Formats: sequence, structure tokens, C-alpha cells
Amino acid sequence: MTLQSLDIKRRSATTTPPPNARATLEVSKLIDISKCIGCKACQVACMEWNDLRDTVGRNRGVYDNPADLSAQSWTVMRFAEVEPTPGRLEWLIRKDGCMHCADPGCLKSCPAPGAIIQYSNGIVDFHEEACVGCGYCILGCPFNIPRLSPQDHKVYKCTLCSDRVAVGREPACVKTCPTGAIMFGSREDMLHHAEARIADLKERGFQQAGLYNPPGVGGTHVMYVLQHADRPELYQGLPKDPGISPLVVLWKEIAKTLMSLGLGAVVLGGIFHYLTQGPNEVPEEEEETL
Amino acid sequence: MTNHWVDIKNADLILIMGGNAAEAHPCGFKWVTEAKAHRKARLIVVDPRFTRSAAVADCYAPLRAGTDIAFLGGVINYLLGHDRIHHEYVRNYTDFSFVVKEDFNFVDGLFSGYNPEKRSYVKSSWGYQLGPDGYVVTDPTLQHPRCVYQLMKAHYSRYTPEMVATICGTPQEDFLRICGMIAETAAPDKAMTIMYALGWTQHSQGSQMIRTGAMVQLLLGNIGRAGGGMNALRGHSNIQGLTDLGLLSNLLPGYLTLAGEGEQDYQAYINSRAYKPLRPGQMSYWQNYAKFFVSTMKAWFGDAATADNNWCYHWLPKLDKPYDILQVFEDMQAGKVNGYICQGFNPLASAPCKVKVAGAMAKLKYMVIIDPLATETSEFWQNHGEYNDVDPTRIQTEVFRLPSTCFAEEDGSLVNSGRWLQWHWKGADPPGEAKTDQAIMAGIFLKLRAMYRKDGGAFPDPILNLTWRHRQIEIPTGEELAREFSGMALKDVVDPKDPAKVLVKAGQQVNGFAELRDDGSTACGCWIFSGCWSEKGNLMARRDNSDPYGIGQTLNWAFAWPANRRILYNRASCDPSGKPFDPSRKLIAWNQGTGTWSGSDIPDFNAASPPENGLGPFIMNPEGVARFFAVDKMAEGPFPEHYEPFESPLAVNPLHPHNDRARANPAARVFKGDWETFGAAEQFPHVATTYRLTEHFHFWTKHVALDAILQPEQFVEIGEELAREKGIKSGDSVRVRSKRGFIVAVAVVTKRIRTLEIAAKKVHTVGIPIHWGFMGVARNGYITNTLTPFVGDANTQTPEFKSFLVNIDKV
Repeated sequence: MTLQSLDIKRRSATTTPPPNARATLEVSKLIDISKCIGCKACQVACMEWNDLRDTVGRNRGVYDNPADLSAQSWTVMRFAEVEPTPGRLEWLIRKDGCMHCADPGCLKSCPAPGAIIQYSNGIVDFHEEACVGCGYCILGCPFNIPRLSPQDHKVYKCTLCSDRVAVGREPACVKTCPTGAIMFGSREDMLHHAEARIADLKERGFQQAGLYNPPGVGGTHVMYVLQHADRPELYQGLPKDPGISPLVVLWKEIAKTLMSLGLGAVVLGGIFHYLTQGPNEVPEEEEETL
Repeated sequence: MTNHWVDIKNADLILIMGGNAAEAHPCGFKWVTEAKAHRKARLIVVDPRFTRSAAVADCYAPLRAGTDIAFLGGVINYLLGHDRIHHEYVRNYTDFSFVVKEDFNFVDGLFSGYNPEKRSYVKSSWGYQLGPDGYVVTDPTLQHPRCVYQLMKAHYSRYTPEMVATICGTPQEDFLRICGMIAETAAPDKAMTIMYALGWTQHSQGSQMIRTGAMVQLLLGNIGRAGGGMNALRGHSNIQGLTDLGLLSNLLPGYLTLAGEGEQDYQAYINSRAYKPLRPGQMSYWQNYAKFFVSTMKAWFGDAATADNNWCYHWLPKLDKPYDILQVFEDMQAGKVNGYICQGFNPLASAPCKVKVAGAMAKLKYMVIIDPLATETSEFWQNHGEYNDVDPTRIQTEVFRLPSTCFAEEDGSLVNSGRWLQWHWKGADPPGEAKTDQAIMAGIFLKLRAMYRKDGGAFPDPILNLTWRHRQIEIPTGEELAREFSGMALKDVVDPKDPAKVLVKAGQQVNGFAELRDDGSTACGCWIFSGCWSEKGNLMARRDNSDPYGIGQTLNWAFAWPANRRILYNRASCDPSGKPFDPSRKLIAWNQGTGTWSGSDIPDFNAASPPENGLGPFIMNPEGVARFFAVDKMAEGPFPEHYEPFESPLAVNPLHPHNDRARANPAARVFKGDWETFGAAEQFPHVATTYRLTEHFHFWTKHVALDAILQPEQFVEIGEELAREKGIKSGDSVRVRSKRGFIVAVAVVTKRIRTLEIAAKKVHTVGIPIHWGFMGVARNGYITNTLTPFVGDANTQTPEFKSFLVNIDKV
């Protein structure tokens, strides 16, 4: 919201072209799961910076708390106990939250003009004042991130601290991360840094280490370094090959085109009718009875 | 820490054992990630649980809680057996070659001199042989059958990989892999650091666990080295400062010790602490004990402390016994304590065996709580249903709550684990009527002093003569106290070699403890802090992080005790000729040109003593070298030996199956009525261990909404096999019982806690986080220390929170 309107790249349900007089640096957040100690400082930083307070919940037999993303929890740690090699336990801890897709399914599916914005730096932001609470973005998201607030019927998610980034600061979670597991910078720098991290992991025996930057959504502006990039599902269901739901594609790209054509045909038909038949006049006596 | 947090980044190998740095010290843990990133360091975690530290480790191995000496003894056996030790280091810088007294022995689990009735040792045989010159007899060839090397080799030969597996449950291949990794750091250009915390201290043999770790490090030549050391990770932000300032009941500031009741003679008290060198030419720095003691007494009692009255020595209490936390509650329960002032401490939650502690508090006439929070202790008399089921009408203890500031509401210094005194400035004013702890203590003191002045009393002298020089007498400031700790000259202090040369003028702050004197001309509240506030100002407030050598030695950042030295024993980072073992991580080196030791650190040494003088690097020891053989310093023996925890799943110690006296620590104190409160494996078959979670700090942060959101509710962790046996699923409510009580909590069933095979039987572990209670905004829960046993380490009396027995059932 605080990023300047000059930096808007895409706006939901809007056909007017975006401004393009200037460009901002494309940014990314890189989450190195092999360095994450699951301390949840990022969750606290997120709650503090964004003035959010989830309810004090319950323990459901796991370390994950709050148990899920919500309108008050824009990021949560997801803990997975797995044995990719039998007998060798690994505790994979993934910071979950918005991936800030280059091709955002939420924005595509949103019918409310300007409720979802993509900035030229890559951040995908929700503008809740324009949100109509339809929940289409939730269906459109391949990562199951946005959450509808039961209080105000608006949808919320991580903003990548667009307000901080707009003034040259890193997101709050990055600032607080004690081990440097969450990095932030230009997309180029992050890709470069990831390469070195992956080389280190391979040298430590993780032959399948790699970057999670799925092409199905055009790449993401939140990327993961994974020890087992060949098996992202190990990390509490990180989708292997995410893409925008075919329903959204069907609705927004095929049906919408057809409907636009249909709507155009109706308008054209109306004009034709007017031109050939003249205005449709109601007799006065009928009008009075109404 | 012998080293400091930043120095962890210089390690090639990091062993986290007896601690869980990633969870309990997440900010400091960043230096582990630095070492991994920039030195390709490997991280080993050995722990009963696969912790969040293990989650980022290169190698993890489980062991049964309370068996760390067996594991580390096995490492010592491996290193000696495979001759993977740093020979130059151990020959020159340790007591390897020292010959031990003939009558010292170790038979079936007990050292010579054991008295089973008193559960203690007569330690006269625990020493070195002295020659006619008064110095220790040595055998540099290491062939003498009674030299420390030979005795140690024989002692640990019993700790075979098979025995380690039997006692610890650690699979042999995991153990041997770790031994191999550790052994690599015996190379002069490799360093391993050990990071430990309460996972070692909170055992009935905790001090010896730490010693065993230190012995491994000495064998490898990793003490005094960048990237090496024995690094105790302290819990509270200022718990290091607490011990430094002598707040333990047997200490005076700066690790001076209180006298026992047999020590009524002042000079004898000094002589028994001012150790004479045990080898020729050694420094034996404690020879300066009197300077530090007298300066302390001058700081406390000013003009009233004179040579004629032995500096008020007779005003100090003489201990008839230790007054540790366990002893105090034992006495309180026996009705021998009327009042209790509880400052920044929540013993109802923090001390073991809640039923005993609560019963003891109910016998007090009054209790004063100085704390920012309403703690479980301050509300111990209230009924909180199942979590604190007491009858307030039957508790007559009057409780006073004096709200104090929290750390962010006061100026002052905190000492971190790396011995840095860092000044901090308050971020906010305290709420309501809260006052600083100094103001509260001043209020109590001034009132007491006025009463003594008016009414007299049995022994008014120490109260009436206590130094109290504060601009506002009711509000002593942190600055005033810090200057007092650092010390000042009361008369001109001159150079002993040149009496015409005045080092410090009367009235000025001293530059360090080398300027302290035993003639009453200096006052210093804590000798090891000396120099932190000199005439140059408050050095603790320095914030220059320049790092000229690139190894994290920021000498102008804050102030490290002693004398701003960052890495203790740093002379040992060089070979005997004064050249660094690893020039790429140089701490100090002998510079022939200038005739001094210098480098990236302040020498922990006589900076002008050339290598050929043969001054040893361990200047506090009268030997000048480090001790593998602890002489008479430890309660349970000169060499650490594995004993079972007081509550153990094993009926016998596998090392001494036929000697019941050697089952648990034979020198640990157990109060009379407490033997009956220990459970046996028949009723309580599972090993329990308590610990902290990263989301919470002790019993404080359950008062904070953010932390309560992250970890809202009490839980216990069990392995999948135990869960199957008991029909427990994750999320079920379970009851965990020890012989002392029970708690109810949510079950977390996890692969991270493995069932271990111990002495051919299956042993399950139950993990119990401590953080819950009946106060605060998190969901209320039981006090974990309802379960824990009332017994402590034989040396420190630190309670055995880390290993005891429980049973568990689904509710």
C-alpha cells in the first residue's frame, strides 16, 4: 500500500495499462531451510511489525503453533519429521507464507478491481479496502496461503513487508532471523547466494539439494533452498509442480474471453436493435400502473 | 566460556552436548552457522532428543540422559588408544607427566579415602608426589606407572565402545564416527569447540561431566585456541554476572571463597588460598589472593577495615555447611527459616520437588518477593485448582511483593557467556510503583541501619559500617556500583619496582587488578571486573566493533574480564617456543624484537616472560599447567567416573555391577528423608529429562502474549514405540508421574525421541519442557518440577533436573 502507484505492475480486475515510466529492482526472499532452527522469531517479528495477535491456541501434538496461517498469522513454521534415507531422521522446518509468484494465481482470479496488486519489484500485495471477500484468491493460490478473516470478511496474507521494502528496508522476518536462514535482496543476488548454499549442501552429502523457484507460476519471489529439492513434498506438502488452477485459467482466460465476446455481442445486438427498431417506448398508461 | 560467542565462528568442528544452543541460544547460534558457512565446519549434536540443534547438524547421536561421562570417557579411551592427541600440547601444557601419590587408588568404583557413612572422601591421597624441593615429581618420558598419563589411560580403558553402547544406548557406529571426527582436531591447525549448558550442569555428577569434556579438549590441544575451548552457554542474560559477583552462598566476589567455620584465623585463611607454585618458575596467580580480598573488604567497609582488625575478616560469616538452594529449602521445611527474601527468583517453579518446596514456604513467617511479575512463588498460597491445589486458610506465610524493574527499564551492565561486561541503557521507564532492585535493596538496608543505630542489636558492626557512598542514598545507581566493582586507589599506588613511580593517584580509578594491594591502599568490589571503569571511563560502554585480525577479536567492544582478555589461556595457542600452532588464527605470539607477547588478544600471561622461562599457560593453577588429575578439587574423585543418576532404569552401574555404593554418585549429598522420595524402575520405568523450548524463557515469557501464541500449552514428548505400547496418540492428554507427584499435559509423539537399548533392555525417554505454571497468559499448566528429585551435583548442589524416572499413562 505504501509503495508508490508508479510501481504498480498489475492490478486485479483492471484493464487500464500500468505506469511504466520507471522500474524498481526486482527483489526476492531466500529461505534456506538447511539453516533454519525453527525458533519462530520470524513469526514474532511478523506479528510485531504488522500489529497482529493471533489467539493463544492449543497444542495439537506438534511444535507448529499457531497451527495454521490465519488473518492474524501471516507466516508459520511447519515442522516435518522425515526419513528421506531410512534410519536417518531429519527435522525439516519450513517457514510457510506467501510465495509472491511472478504469475500470481490470486491476482488473476480476483474480481475486485485493485484488491490485489503486483509491484514492479515482484511483491504481490493485498489491498484489503478493495477486497470484497469472495475468496476467489484462495482458490486461485497454488500454495494455499490467503486466509479469509471471519471478523471482517477480508482476505489477508504476507505483504513481504511492502511498506518496509518501499523505504529500502528488509522484511521484518529477515531482519530478525538469528541464523541468516532468511535472506533478502535483489533477485540476482539471491539466486547467486542460493548457488553457493546448494554447493555447500552437496558437499555435506545432500546430493539433491536445490532451489525451489517453481516455473509453473513463473518463478516465485520467495524461494527456498531445499536439502531435497527433488522431493519438495517432504517439507509439509510443498507442491512439487505448482501452477495456477485450471479452473482459474478456464474462468479468467477462456470463459472470460468468451463472455467478453458474448457481452460484446449483446451490446452490438442492442445497438443494432435500436438502430433498426428505434427506442423501446412504454405507453403512458402502463407506466402509471407501475 | 573460555572463549566467546563470536569466536565460535573460528571452529572447524562444533560439539553441542549437554546443551541445545539452537533452541536455548538462538542468537548466539548464528556463530555456528558462520563457522559452517566460512570454515566448512561440521556440527555434531549428542543429546537424548533430536533437538532443533540436531536439525541443522551434520551428525547426531542419541544417548541416555545422565550418561555423558560414559560417552566422553569413551572418547578419551578412543583418543588415547588410537594415539590421536596433540602431543606437544599435552606434554608441555598439562599434568600428563606428573607422578601421583602411591596411596591414591581406584577400586571397584570408589577412589581411595571413601567414608560411606558421611558419603564423602578424605582426599589426602588425591595428590601429586612432591620431591625434596617441594615441587611435583614428573616423568617427561611418561613411562612411570603412576604418572597421570598412565593412570588416566588405565582408568578410561574400561570405557570401550561396547561399554558406551551398554550404558548410553548410543549405537557403536554412531559413537565411533563421532570419535573419528573429534580426533581430527588433534591436528595443530584444527580446533573443536564444545558448547554445553544445563544439560551437563543439572546432574548429580554435572561438574564431572563438564570436566570430562574439558579433558577431551585438553587431549586435543583445543583449550586456549581460537575456535576451541569449553564454552558454557549461560541462561539468564546476567547469570554469568551473578556467579562473577559471588552471589552463590559459598562465594565472595570474583571467585574468592567464604571461610568455613574451622577457619577463624585470618592468615591461615589467606595462606590456604594463596597457592605456592608446584613447579619451578610458575606464576600461581592466586598468590595474590590477599590483594583481592583486602581490596574487597575496603570496598565494603572502608575506613573500618584495617590491618589491625584483619580487614574485618571476623565480620564475615563462616560456613558450617553449604547454603545452596536445596539446603535452604531443607532447612525451611524443618522450620529453621523464618523469612525469605526472593529476588528475581521463582523457586516454586524453579526448584525441584514442588511438594517439598511449597511445604517449606508454608512454614515461613514472611516472604519478600522482588520481581517485575506476579510469580508462582509469590502466589504459592493461592488455590489454582489442579495446578496448585493448596488450602490458603492453612498457610500463614505473609507475602510482600515489591515490584522491580525489568532489564529494559534500567541502566547497567550485563555479563554475557563470553565474560563481556556490556553496558546497556534503559529503553523505557518502569510502570507503576516499580523500582530498580538497587532502590529496593537500599530501602531495606537504610531502614535496617536506622533500626540498628537506634536500638543496637547483637551484631550491628557490618551493617553500621557498610560503605554507602551514593549521591542519592536511596537510589544507588548502576554507574556508582560499577565504579566500585572496578576499584579505586585510596592512597597513591606505586610501582613495586620503582617506589618513586606513582601508578594511580589516591582517589583515582585503578586500571586493573594488577594495581590492587593488600595494604589497604586500594578498594575493589570485584577484582576480576577491575579496569572495567578506569580513569578512561566506562569501558563496558564501548561499541567499536573493528576487528583488525579478522577473527572476531573486537577488543574495543565492551570489556571482558579478566583484563579485557577475550580467550582464556591464550598462551596455549602457541607452541613452547612462542609460535602460534595455527598462524591463520593467531591470538598471541612471542615477539623477540619487542620482547613481549602480543597479537589479536590481550595475553592471559605475563606479557614480558620469554618462552625460554618456561612459564606455563595455566597461570591460575600452581602447576602452571592444566590438570587431568583434579587433585582434591572435586568431591567425587580426581578422574571423572560414570555413576548412574539417582533415579536410573538400571539396578546397577554397568561399570561396577557388584558395588551398590558405586551405583549413583557416592559423594552426592542426600537429605535424610529424601531417599524415600526416589522412585525405582519397577514403578517408574522411563527416563525423564526436563528442558527449555526456544519459544519461551523460563517461567517469564508465559506472561507475554507473543510467546504464549507461539507455544501455548504444556506438553510432553515421547517416542513412537512408547506411544504404541501405551496407546497414546499425538494430541492426547497424558499423566506423567514420578514418586513425587504428577503432571497432566498434551502428548507430542515424535520420531525425535528414540527408544534406546540400555544394558540389553529397552529404555524409553519422556521429554518434559518446563515453561508452564499457574500464572501468566499462556494456558495454565502444572509445574514441571513437581516431578524432579531433591538431589544435586556433589560439588555445586545444582539439582538433578535432567535425569530421573517417571511413568506415563493416557488420561
